[in-house]
Amino acid sequence: MSINELQDELIEDFAFFEDWMQKYEYIIQLGKELPLIEEHYKTDDYIIKGCQSKVWLQPAFEAGVLNFKADSDAIITKGLVSLMVRVLSGHSPKEIAESDLYFIDKIGLKEHLSPTRANGLLSMVKQMKLYAMALHARV
Amino acid sequence: MEKLIGEAPRNIENTINFAYINEKILKNYDIHKIRADFPILKREVNGKPLVYFDNGATTQKPQVVIDAITNYYTNMNSNVHRGVHYLSQISTDAFEVTRRKVQAFINAKHDYEIIITKGTTDGLNLLAHCFGKAFVTAGDEILISAMEHHSNIVPWQMLCEEKGAFLKVIPMNEQGELDMDAYKQLLSAKTKLVSVTYVSNSLGTINPIAEMIRLAHERQIPVAVDAAQAIQHIPIDVQELDADFLLFSGHKVYAPTGVGVLYGKEALLNAMPPYQGGGDMIKEVTFEKTTYNELPFKFEAGTPNIEAGICLADALDYISEIGLEEIAAYEHELLAYATAALSKVPGIRFIGTAKEKSSVISFLITGTHPYDIGVILDKLGIAVRTGHHCAQPVMDQFGIPGTIRMSLAMYNTKEEVDSLVAGLIRAANMLL
Repeated sequence: MSINELQDELIEDFAFFEDWMQKYEYIIQLGKELPLIEEHYKTDDYIIKGCQSKVWLQPAFEAGVLNFKADSDAIITKGLVSLMVRVLSGHSPKEIAESDLYFIDKIGLKEHLSPTRANGLLSMVKQMKLYAMALHARV
Repeated sequence: MEKLIGEAPRNIENTINFAYINEKILKNYDIHKIRADFPILKREVNGKPLVYFDNGATTQKPQVVIDAITNYYTNMNSNVHRGVHYLSQISTDAFEVTRRKVQAFINAKHDYEIIITKGTTDGLNLLAHCFGKAFVTAGDEILISAMEHHSNIVPWQMLCEEKGAFLKVIPMNEQGELDMDAYKQLLSAKTKLVSVTYVSNSLGTINPIAEMIRLAHERQIPVAVDAAQAIQHIPIDVQELDADFLLFSGHKVYAPTGVGVLYGKEALLNAMPPYQGGGDMIKEVTFEKTTYNELPFKFEAGTPNIEAGICLADALDYISEIGLEEIAAYEHELLAYATAALSKVPGIRFIGTAKEKSSVISFLITGTHPYDIGVILDKLGIAVRTGHHCAQPVMDQFGIPGTIRMSLAMYNTKEEVDSLVAGLIRAANMLL
């Protein structure tokens, strides 16, 4: 599936939630279910420091596609991180670099990408795109 | 104080000094009227009535202050200390009224000892720069405490780096109380200034500031008091305290943002060079030499935030009318109630359990991240601060990434505390 198809799928999933409680419970569940990154990768080499929560991002480029593993010390951030990884992981650097992440806005979680949230999420998305751009420039 | 409610046991649930609480004062405190004075308290957030517990960051503004802002731009707007025309005169007069109101509010000896700044951070930078230039040389020491806000750390670090001086830190114990024995040991012939917070913004600890000043003065060391978290909660008399400098921000005491105060003793201020160069701070300028204006204008270069400066007087009038003693008593009772109520939340861990506390409760809920709690509370219309509160060294000492901080103001209620407790239990149930 393309990045946009994955985004549209998530938007459809989230349309079923009737209130913020259900939405957040789902995100928290995602955060709990996914041990996204091995402990030994949780080092300063992979850290993206938000003011409030930390995010670790580990990229891997193989067979023309860029894969991401990521994690956070805060569970809601971790759930949101897993959504980002689900949408962006497994695509070519070109696709990732050129992607427009509209799903966060559409599922009503835009505030989490605001710079004032300082949860590291915005920096993570930027970092994902930077990796993709660097690789795209190289190939 | 008249009849006291009684002595509090010394444990985690009750670290409040009940000597502050006075039944008669509490009976006369008209919380409904006070709440009605703050229009923002009527609004909803995320479909829920706003519960605002982030007063340590900034306080809400009463209608009289909001009206004063409108009145300034509607009827007075003009630059201060410049024109001979009518508007400039009335805005200058109003601005100078603030200086005298601040003087009275903290009982300074002279109005020209009140320097109008942009805020506490601005004042601390001014102080570090100008005091440093006048008095600090290589090998000297500046003494701060382990519970300072970054604003009372970084300017001194910058000064020390520039001068080859050393920053020394008064340690604190697990309750978040300063180690006074260590403090006495740290005061030395090399100490040029002690700069400490009156009330910790991250822990709520009230430091024994009068005693600390007395001890420093025994060795002729001046003391600067960061009163950013004290001015709105504790009556302050700079002459009685014998503080050499004292700083606070307007926006934490119900005034607009962008205005603050640096109080300094006349002799010290006169011995310090100006901070920034520009308009208002000069007496005479030629290309060869500039002579500087006298106090307080020497430290007030450029056009100030006139609107905020003028309206600070309205905010001080507002709380003076209700009475800071009354506000302090009410807030103390609320703090005691909140501490007891929060201690019933499963898994709660208080950070900062000093015997003397003011209006701040910092805590964690075991197994959850402060950020997650903050996000869910926000959905419930409850505003708290989460994170390190610009006091990373404090968080490091407790080995935590941050805390959830509730900070009270004169308009908060027990019902709001109950909402917070219910919200926390709900958040914890979602997260755990």
